[in-house]
Formats: sequence, structure tokens, C-alpha cells
Amino acid sequence: MKKAKQIHISKPFDLLSEELVFIILDLIAHNNPSDLKSFSLTCKWFYQFEARHRNSLRPFRAEYLPRILSRYRNTADLDLTYCSRVTDYALSVVGCLCGPTLHSVDLSRSSSFSAAGLLRLAVKCVNLVEIDLTNATEMRDADAAAVAEARSLERLKLGRCKLVTDMGIGCIAVGCRKLKMVSLKWCVGVGDLGVALLAVKCKQIRSLDISYLPITGKCLHDILKLEHLEELILQGCFGVDDDSLKSLRHDCKSLKKLNASSCQNLTQRGLTSLLSGARCLQRLDLAHCSSVISLDFASSLSKVSALESIRLDGCSVTADGLKAIGTLCSSLKELSLSKCVSVTDEGLCSLVMKLKDLRKLDITCCRKLSGVSVIRIASSCPKLVSLKMESCSLVSREAFWLIGQKCRLLEELDLTDNEIDDEGLKSISSCLSLSSLKLGICLNITDKGLSYIGIGCSNLRELDLYRSVGITDIGISWIAQGCLTLETINISYCKDITDKSLLSLSRCSLLQTFESRGCPNITSQGLAAIAVLCKGLTKLDLKKCPHINDSGLLTLAHFSQSLKQINLSETAVSDVGLVSLANIGCMQSIAVVNSSGLSPSGVAAALLGCGGLRKAKLHASLRSLLPPSLIHHLEARGCAFLWKDNTLQAELDPKSWKLQLEDVVP
Amino acid sequence: METEDDLCQSNWGRSSSKLGNQTFTRANQKWEDASILDYEMDMEPPSLQVFQQMKSSGQDNNNNNTQVNADFLQGVRAQAWDPRTMLSNLSFMEQKIHQLQDLVHLIVGGRNGELAAQQQQQELITTDLTSIIIQLISTAGSLLPSVKHNMSTAPGPLFTGQPGGSSSAMFPYPREANNVASQTQSIDLPKPQPPLAAALVADVEREEHEMKDEDDAEEGENLPPGSYEILQLEKEEILAPHTHFCTICGKGFKRDANLRMHMRGHGDEYKTPAALAKPNKESLPGSEPVLIKRYSCPFPGCKRNKEHKKFQPLKTILCVKNHYKRTHCDKSFTCSRCHTKKFSVIADLKTHEKHCGKNKWLCSCGTTFSRKDKLFGHIALFQGHTPAILVEDTKLSAVASTQRENANNNNNNSNSDAGMVGFDLGSASNLNQETALQQHSEFMEEKISFEESFSPLSFDTCNFGGFHEFPRPMFDDSETSFQMLISSACGFSPRNGGGTGGSVSNTSL
Repeated sequence: MKKAKQIHISKPFDLLSEELVFIILDLIAHNNPSDLKSFSLTCKWFYQFEARHRNSLRPFRAEYLPRILSRYRNTADLDLTYCSRVTDYALSVVGCLCGPTLHSVDLSRSSSFSAAGLLRLAVKCVNLVEIDLTNATEMRDADAAAVAEARSLERLKLGRCKLVTDMGIGCIAVGCRKLKMVSLKWCVGVGDLGVALLAVKCKQIRSLDISYLPITGKCLHDILKLEHLEELILQGCFGVDDDSLKSLRHDCKSLKKLNASSCQNLTQRGLTSLLSGARCLQRLDLAHCSSVISLDFASSLSKVSALESIRLDGCSVTADGLKAIGTLCSSLKELSLSKCVSVTDEGLCSLVMKLKDLRKLDITCCRKLSGVSVIRIASSCPKLVSLKMESCSLVSREAFWLIGQKCRLLEELDLTDNEIDDEGLKSISSCLSLSSLKLGICLNITDKGLSYIGIGCSNLRELDLYRSVGITDIGISWIAQGCLTLETINISYCKDITDKSLLSLSRCSLLQTFESRGCPNITSQGLAAIAVLCKGLTKLDLKKCPHINDSGLLTLAHFSQSLKQINLSETAVSDVGLVSLANIGCMQSIAVVNSSGLSPSGVAAALLGCGGLRKAKLHASLRSLLPPSLIHHLEARGCAFLWKDNTLQAELDPKSWKLQLEDVVP
Repeated sequence: METEDDLCQSNWGRSSSKLGNQTFTRANQKWEDASILDYEMDMEPPSLQVFQQMKSSGQDNNNNNTQVNADFLQGVRAQAWDPRTMLSNLSFMEQKIHQLQDLVHLIVGGRNGELAAQQQQQELITTDLTSIIIQLISTAGSLLPSVKHNMSTAPGPLFTGQPGGSSSAMFPYPREANNVASQTQSIDLPKPQPPLAAALVADVEREEHEMKDEDDAEEGENLPPGSYEILQLEKEEILAPHTHFCTICGKGFKRDANLRMHMRGHGDEYKTPAALAKPNKESLPGSEPVLIKRYSCPFPGCKRNKEHKKFQPLKTILCVKNHYKRTHCDKSFTCSRCHTKKFSVIADLKTHEKHCGKNKWLCSCGTTFSRKDKLFGHIALFQGHTPAILVEDTKLSAVASTQRENANNNNNNSNSDAGMVGFDLGSASNLNQETALQQHSEFMEEKISFEESFSPLSFDTCNFGGFHEFPRPMFDDSETSFQMLISSACGFSPRNGGGTGGSVSNTSL
């Protein structure tokens, strides 16, 4: 920044070609995107340069689109996800001002536009390649017909467009012949005919998501004739059954990813015919499928021996089946057996023995597994990068010692709710590239263990210490010292945490998510320290921190301009603090339940002030106290309300069983 | 033939003259069919219509009459030269001889009746006798193997004159004669009829009900020429509105059943179960194979005309009628719904009207389909064709947007008055109108003050137009009906006015 300024002062800037300046700007943007803003404010010349350089925009308010777009003439990617209300007028402004330069538009979180606006966009922006219309739940066939005017469209997302029918998809299929990626997830009005027509007309399709559509196997005959199809997602297509796939003969060599998860009527027979021609399949997702992964079932995988990834989440598996998978698909790199409660040590050991190349393994909630499995995993899969083993409670603490020794390449480790102790952490600390470590509900770990991590794992970006009650400020300070790139930390319900931890954590300037729910010793002072130094803070959970008050929020409102989500339930904030949050332009979600210092008018003012608010979680009593017209107004602006009444509804804690345990084991 | 016509007219007057004519034609026809046996019936087209009419008119008096006619037909049908036909002809002749015997018995037995009636009856019997003898002769003639080819060279002059002349002399009251004949027959000789014949000599009524499109259905029927006999009706006969006539008052009916109902009014003799019963029902199964009848369209050059090179016969009279009307007549019936489709057969119109307007699957090329898969097949087949979205959809949104503008104007220009109007519209379905009204008027002011003081935006989110009548998203699971009520009570629709996100996940109030 400073350099650039100096160069400009000495007027050698004219000598630099535009390309060079753009390269400089690219580098600036790479470091910290907000620096570009400062750059543009330096002088008129910089301002213009920056305006010409920028080609992607994510405006906060659709109202300012005319001015923003006339400034940034080269906008190619327009992300309107922050603008909950994009009118037809706004879309026609986009169409007129961007014109052929626009390549992609994201309207996935926006509403209140109609066919007229889409038509204007499609006609004016002739080079529009990508449009995301997810969640346009009011979109109808007429709107889809308008989208079909975008002839050069290649990527289209229509998730949750529930009113669109085969007719609308038919229009798109005929109009947008260049489509390569289509997502129709949850478009429950679209059936076999529309999807089949899409496959017939758009021969370029590479990726097709038809999850949760009321389709049968019929349209798969046409889909699998697509020459370039690489990814097919059939999640939750209950209509796809064995009978409709019986006659399926295909030779879809291009298919690389197939997701047939939650297809409850698809059993081994149908799957065999589905996989028969997909010889080059690399990734297969069969999560929550209805049949047992037995020896027979695994035999249907014989055609796809090049498989690299398989997901069997929630399936009931047998030891024989796992063994067969290991024999048939020895090149597997990713394996997910999450929530497969029937996995035994025997099955998993025979599987992982064959998988020398395994990179990612998910055995979350495989409660029957013991230390034997973990030792086997550690010894036979040295290339393991990601290991998720939440709630494998039978695994002894000694087993973890081996993980760190053998799997030095680990980057992601989820040990939530395990028996790991400080020795285990010491072993893990030798995984130098570890970036995500989850130690929630690990009651055996203490500050000593964390100190190993802080010293060893300097690349740590995410640390979860939820309810790991043995942790105090000392442990956190070790982490804060060692892991300067920390972005996410969760110290919820670590009761011994005080402001000291927050002060030390404020050294981690890249911190984005900070969750300290239920830490009674945290005060506004600590919060202020984090707010001042961690500029990138986006998500903040301060629920049940009774000492957090307005002063903390005022600091926060001043410094944390990128804060999007905050939970202030059961804190000491009052109207002043809440209203000050309106100062944060990109605030999207506010939760304030049971904060006694709040008055309805204060809440109303805060809600009105936060123009981009999408979600407000408030106490149910406020519902009658706030004027209905205000609520309607906010809803119209795109804000959703969640009314909580804790007196009637006991808070649902998914880990409540653990709390009971906590009481038993001090 | 003209003389016969005149004669008949003088006898029966206008309405029945045709009948007479046809009767004679029938007699004529017999001769031709039986003797000429080639398919150039140039002098008089075969008229099965006549038979049907005859049959039905006979049925009025006696339902067994049909059998007589059927017998006629069987006798006439002596064309093919296979042994089966020979056999059938022989058995037919046998029957006829029996009938003849019966008739003679009748004459003998009827001597002691009343004089006038006797005389008349004798006349009728004589007529029947004549007709049976003629049939016998013709059938016998057809039995000669060599006759066919010899006769085909010079058929006309040899036979036309004779039956025509004789019929004019001998059939002054043909139907009565038939009646008597059939009566006798029914009494004395319940004659077996083969099931094949029963099937082929189809009941007109049934045909009228069921066989609308038979002329298409028979396309694939590849009967060898000569295995069936060809009849050709005249245009006038085809287009005649009525095919069944009352012998007493001359009133015409489309259906035989209606005529039978009508006949009840003419006397008790028509009220007997036998008279009212459906004809042809009591036909007994027999072994007599019958020559199939097929029909020719009188329109020259038509593929259904027997002169056509690739002649394809029509199966039944109804087929003839429908074919002739569909192909060679104006389409005078217009659909009252779409005002574009025209039909010449009223049944077709009715069929169309049943489905008219249901062809909602529309292609951009203007073609409509009654089934979605057909439309999609069409679109998949043709380049550039796209599904056309129904007009209601776009119209609706257009209306919505104009109304929104209006509402916005209202909002800008006026004060709580507009709100009140909007409320009145919006809460039409609200049960708690009173309370809602109170609430609404209360909060309306509050809201306006809010907008003015707080909202940084140009505020056009609240509408007072009462948009609740527009379709609201039905899939928004989280949106309760209660909220809908409230929002409509405030004349405030998220879709049209405010534009709530799709993810409204709460309820208000």
C-alpha cells in the first residue's frame, strides 16, 4: 500500500502499463481484499484503476446497484447474496449497465424479482454464463422461460424452485443449449419428462443434480447417454428403483461422480445396472441406502474398480462387505463410514489393510470400534490426511498415541467426544500440517496437552474445545502464541476461561469465528480486545456470557465491520448496544433471547437499522410487543424471524446426554 | 325403376315412397348379386340401407322379420365358389323350400277367415311366395360353377328387366308381405341362424353406439376380393337423417328402439314383449356360414369406392355414413368452445368437445397436445420448438405488477384511507375481521411513522392493494396459514409487494 503511494507521488506511475498495475492490485487483493478499498480512496487515479481492475462484486444493498455498476464497468461476477430484495428494476439496471461483460449472477438468496427482470437480464447480458436462482421459491414456468433466453448459459442452479415444472425446464432445455452444469435439487415440480428433455437437448451437460426430484429410472436412460456427463447426483430420488433400471444399458465412460445417496428404492440390482457402464467412476456416494452392504452388494462394485472415494454413511455394513470392498477397490483414497453403527473392528481392519493410499477416513459414531481399529488405521494408512472419529468412545487413550506417530500428514482431525489425553495430544502435535483439530467434549485433556499443540501445530486454523472443561487460560495462551493463523475457535462451556484468554487470542488477527458460549467469566473488556485486533471477525457467539454488556458491543460495532452473525442471548446488553450493531453493514443474523435489558422499541430500532438482516432470533414475548407492520416490513426486506420461548420449550441440547455424564464424572 | 317409384308413391305417399323404391331395389339387387356375380353393378348400386330399413320397418310389426331379411341376405350372398358356400347355399335353399311349404300351408289354412282380410293376406302371401321363389332361383343359379364367368360378360339386359317388372307387379305391399311371411316363419319355423351371420349382420343400433371409427379400424383387414359382397348406397341414402320409419304414420327415426317405442302408440299389438324386444337377439346358433358384406362409397375416385384401384371396403353402414360425411361433406359442426375445429359428424364434435380446452400442452409452433409426454416427445424431435407457457401464468404476473404499481401509487398518495381499503379487500376471508381491523388501523399509523423515521430505503414494500387473491407460494413449509391470514389482513403480500425471501421461517404477531 505504502509503496504504491510513494510511486504515485513520484509520478512514475504513468510508466507502468495497465497490466502491471493490475498484477499489483491482484497481489493486494490476495492479501486482504479490504486493502483494495483503501487503495481506491487514495486518489482519483487510483480510484479509476481500482474500478477498472475489479471484476467481481458483492454489494450489500441492491438499491446502490446503479451507482456501483456505473463505477465498476468491468463487473463480470455479480454476487447478490447479500441483497435479499432484488427487484425487476434492479435486474434491468444490472442488464443495462453490465451488458455483455457480465458472466455470472448469483441470486440464490434474493427474491422479489419476476420474469420481466430475468428476461431483461437474459437479453441484455448476452455472455451470461452462470446464474444461480436457488431458493427462488416463487419462480414459475414463465420465469424459467425468461431464463431460457440466456442462450450462452452454461451453469444454472435452480435449487428449491418448487413451482417450476417440466414446461419451464423444457423451455430452458431448448433455449440454453450450452448448459454444462445444471442443478435442479428440490425442484419437486420437475419430473422425468423435463429432465429427459434436458438430457436430449443439452448435450454438453457435465454435471447434473436432480436430487429429490420425483423422477423414476426412465429419464436416466437419456441422461446416461450424455457424452460428457461427469457428475450425476441422484440424492433422495425415491422414484428410482430397480425395476425402472432393469433395462438400463449404458456406456457412460465420462461419468466420474455418482451420488445415489438416500435412494431408498435402489438396491443392489439397480445399482449394478447403474454402475455397469460407468467404468471410470471415481466417486460413489451411497449414503443411507436401504440395502445392507454385504458381500453380494459389494460385488456390484466390481465394474468400478477405479473408484477413489466411497461414502457409505448410515448404511448397515457387514464385515464381509467391507472386506470385499477393500479387495475390489484397492485404490480407494476416501472412505466414509459415518454413523455406520454396525461397523466392527474386524470389518474395518480387513478393509483398511488393503487401502494403503487412503487419505480421508470418516468413522464418526462407529461406536463399536475399539483401539484395535485405530491402531490398524494408523499403521496401515500412513498417507492419511483427514480422520474423523467423533464419538468412538470405546477407543482407549493409548490408541491415539500411535496416530501422531504414524500419520504425520494429518491435516484434519476430529476427536470430539473421545478418550484422548495429553499424551495423545503430544503425539498429534507432531502432525505439522494439522489445520483443523476438534477436541470437543474431550474431558481428559488439559492445558498441558494444548501446549504441545500450540508448539507443534503452527498451521492450525480451526480449534474446537467445546465443553473440554479441563482447559484454562494457560492452554489458550499456548494456542494463541503458537497458532497465529487461527481462524476459528470454540471455547464454549469452558468455564474457567476468562478475559485473559481473549486477550491472548487477540494476537490471532485472522480470527473469524469466535464462540464462547457459556463462559461466565468473559467480560466486555476481553471482547473489546478481540474486536479491536481481529478485524475479520464474522461470527460471534456470546450466549450465556452474563458479563458482556453494551460497552463491548459498542467497540465491536466500531471495529468489526465484517461481522455477519452474532448471538447475544442471555447477556447484559441493552438497547444501546443492540442499536449500535446497526453500524455494521453486513450484519445478517442476530439472536437476542432472554436479554433482560432490552425494550421492544430498542429491538425495533436495531432491526430496522440493520438493513441486510436476514435472520432475527427473538424472545416470543416480543412478537406481540413489536408492531406487526414492522415485522411485515422486515419480512418483506428478507428477514426471517425465529421466536423462542424458553419457558415453554426446554432447550434442545444434542449433547444433553453428555451433560449428565459430566455430572457423574467430576 | 321410375315406374316403380311412381307406383310406390301412389300407394304410400311421400314418406314411404322411398321405402318402396328401396324394396324394389332390394329385389333387383338380389338378382344382380345372385346371378351377375361380378362387381360391376352399374345398373343399380347395391343397397343394404334398404335392407336395414326394411328390416327395421318390419321389426315394428314383428321382430322376427329381421330373420327374413337376414335370410334374404344369405341367399343373395352366393358368390364365392368354395364348397362351403355351396353348402350354405344348399342349406339356404332347403330353408327356403321349407318356408315355401309353410306359406302354402298358410294359404290352405287361411281359407276360413274373414273375406277382406283373407284376400289381403293371400295377396301378401303371394308376394312372399314370389320373393322366396326368386331367391331360390337365384341361389340355384349361383350353384352353377360356370355361370359366373359367362354371365359377367352380359349381365345387365338379361336380368334387370325381369325382376324389376315382376317386382312392380308382384310387390305392391312388400312390407306387409314380409310381415306376414315372417310371422308365419316365426310361428312355424324358428329358423337357425349361424353365429357368424349374427355377428356380421350387425345390429344397427349397436353399431350406432359403438362403431364410430370402424372405417379406420378395418384398414388392416385384407379380405381377398371375392370373399365378400360389395354393396353401395346412394348419397341420399347415406345422408338421410332417419333410417327407421313408422309404417303407419311415416315418421322417421334414427334408432330402431325409438321406432319401437313409437309404435306402441299405434296399438296394443305393438306392446307385446315380442314386438318390443330387441331384434336379432333370439337368433339361434347354426352352422350356416355366411358371406361377409362390405360397403363401397358412392363417391367416384374415393379409395373406398369400388372402382378404385386399391379399393378398401367399408365394414358397416355406419362406417359408410361416417366415412362419407367425414370425407365428402362439408364440416358444418363447429366446436362451441374453441370455434376453430369443425366436424361433419356430430359424434366427432361431441367427442372433441369433451376434450376441447383440455389440450393444455402447447408447443411454440402452436400445436396442442392432450398429454404432456406427447408434447415433450414432439419438442425432443423438432429443433427450435419449445414448450409454450400458458397465458394465465404471464398474464397473472402482469396483472400483479400493474396492481402493485397501482397499490404503490395509493401508498404514496394517500394515507390510512388506502390502508383501510386494502384491509377491507384483504381480510375478506378473515374470520376475526373486527379485531384485525382494529389492530390494523392501529398499526397502520405506527408503521407509517416507522417508515418515515427509520427506513433508509425508498420504501415501497407495503401495499394496500389486497393481493391475497394472488397465488402465494404453497411450499413454504414454515409459513403458517395464520401468518397468511395476518399478512392478507394488512393487505401486504410478500410476493407482490414486499418480496420476502423464500426462507421466511417464522410467523408473526
